[in-house]
Amino acid sequence: MHVPDGFFNAATSLSAGVVAAAGVAVCLRGARRELDDRTAPMAGLVAAFIFAVQMLNFPVAAGTSGHLLGGALAAILVGPYTGVLCMAVVLLVQGVFFADGGLTALGINVTIMGIVTVLVGWGVFKLVTGLTRGKVVVAAFLAALISVPASALAFTLLFWIGGTAPIEVGAVAAAMGGVHVLIGIGEAVITALTVGAVLAVRPDLVYGARGLAKPLVLRGSAGSTTVVNEPQPVAASGGLKPFLWGGVGVTLVLAGLVSFFASSSPDGLEAVAETHGFSGQAADHALGGSPLADYGDVGGIPVGIAGIIGVGLVLVIGGLVAYLSRGRAKTGDRARA
Amino acid sequence: MGAGHHHQLHLPGDSVVHRLPPQCKLLAVLAFAVVVVATPRERFWAFAVYAVLLAGVAVVARVPAAHIVRRMAIELPFVLFAFLIPVIGLGERTDVLGLSLSVPGLWAAWNILAKATLGVVASILLASTTEPRVILIGAQRLRLPSLLVQIAMFMLRYLDVIVDEMRRMRVARESRGFEARDFRQMPVLARSAGALFIRSYERGERVHLAMLSRGYTGQMPMIHDISASVGQWGTALALPVLALAVWALPW
Repeated sequence: MHVPDGFFNAATSLSAGVVAAAGVAVCLRGARRELDDRTAPMAGLVAAFIFAVQMLNFPVAAGTSGHLLGGALAAILVGPYTGVLCMAVVLLVQGVFFADGGLTALGINVTIMGIVTVLVGWGVFKLVTGLTRGKVVVAAFLAALISVPASALAFTLLFWIGGTAPIEVGAVAAAMGGVHVLIGIGEAVITALTVGAVLAVRPDLVYGARGLAKPLVLRGSAGSTTVVNEPQPVAASGGLKPFLWGGVGVTLVLAGLVSFFASSSPDGLEAVAETHGFSGQAADHALGGSPLADYGDVGGIPVGIAGIIGVGLVLVIGGLVAYLSRGRAKTGDRARA
Repeated sequence: MGAGHHHQLHLPGDSVVHRLPPQCKLLAVLAFAVVVVATPRERFWAFAVYAVLLAGVAVVARVPAAHIVRRMAIELPFVLFAFLIPVIGLGERTDVLGLSLSVPGLWAAWNILAKATLGVVASILLASTTEPRVILIGAQRLRLPSLLVQIAMFMLRYLDVIVDEMRRMRVARESRGFEARDFRQMPVLARSAGALFIRSYERGERVHLAMLSRGYTGQMPMIHDISASVGQWGTALALPVLALAVWALPW
């Protein structure tokens, strides 16, 4: 889903470009910490890997196939900063050398497919590994599952701000969210299995699994135990915090842009959506008594109710998987005890 | 994003456009795309003039039309989307050939089609007349961070190696009767992806060691100077300046 020129108005394209440039600048600094002077060759090769993996089509449902976005996969395998850099370079190369994705839309593409997928994917991954005490594969599944619809919703949000087509934002969110939940499931399966495959062969290469492996314990014949290679706590990356702050920052910037553009063009899409809404209307009325409806009235738009349903669906699936894996972890503990 | 993704667009040649320094061309194409995107969609004639300008560049650069048209297929998914907009769009409706279409939707579809096509053609012309490596050097001269340029260079350099690696794995899978029919085949694909990642990463480590042994200090040495003369800037910027003139004409 590479956005071409003309899909978004010039102001939105340039603002997204600024957001993308800021994000890439932060990641250039961060990637040096993750990879030090190996950054250029390693990130370049990983970018080539992501490009190749994006050509790997997998069957989604009967007859249709999707391909990986790869944001969550990159974040888990090489770390979030390097992940964003790799995604940004892949998109840059696709835009400039393959005419895939418009040059003015490069900022939008980097923001929604690079920064959002990596940030959301890594955030979910850290959260779930924290909660499940190191279930890396489960965490990878959930991270990829949520990162894809999140990217689709980011697209919808930007489209609402500065899209050039008069489509009701609820309908866009429904279409994008619905399709991308399906793609997200495929992405989640492939990402989890890929991370699992790498973990089985070279666990040291999975950035997200550093510090999570159990130490090697040698048991002597007399019952003495020796711990070899005690894992060092990961200090350099600083864990989840920078990412939460990064997410907050991006959200704030986007929110600022929303209010700016919303005030500069108060009519148009919104008025049209209110008088001629088709598919979103039923949902609007069904939620007439909820605070959401209020917001819909204020904004003149049923704030992508379908999108919210999509996110809810993802959260339910995600919660279920997390719950199941917790259960298994507990029984495992009991069996050991 | 389909399978036919990685054949390079570059057409070697020796025209005026080919000889221009990359940073001039890059800036010209970017400025042209911005002007196109900023043009109000009601101005049909302006888009016609833009198309003529691009055609002029193609003629000067001796890029055959077939080359451009073949590559424009990349736009297809969005063309389909653009055709959908008038059907699902909102607002005033009109009847075209018995179909009820939305008027703002038709405008939006035209807007996306025209601007996306012009943007894609401009990008194709840039990629066809400039070697990928040289475009990146030009980008570095335009103050793109050198680390980003180096990453992109490594990606380009090893792209075919990695993609070929994956193609060999696919041939190996298929020669053993594998066919990805539904989700039960996903573990096989995932193991391929995992193996590919390990190979890419290990290759990256070897490349890094090879670079260190040749005295890499974090900067790529520049072998030749590609600074642009005023005349070359003028030639390159003729395209966006003409486009800008067309854009500003009604005022």
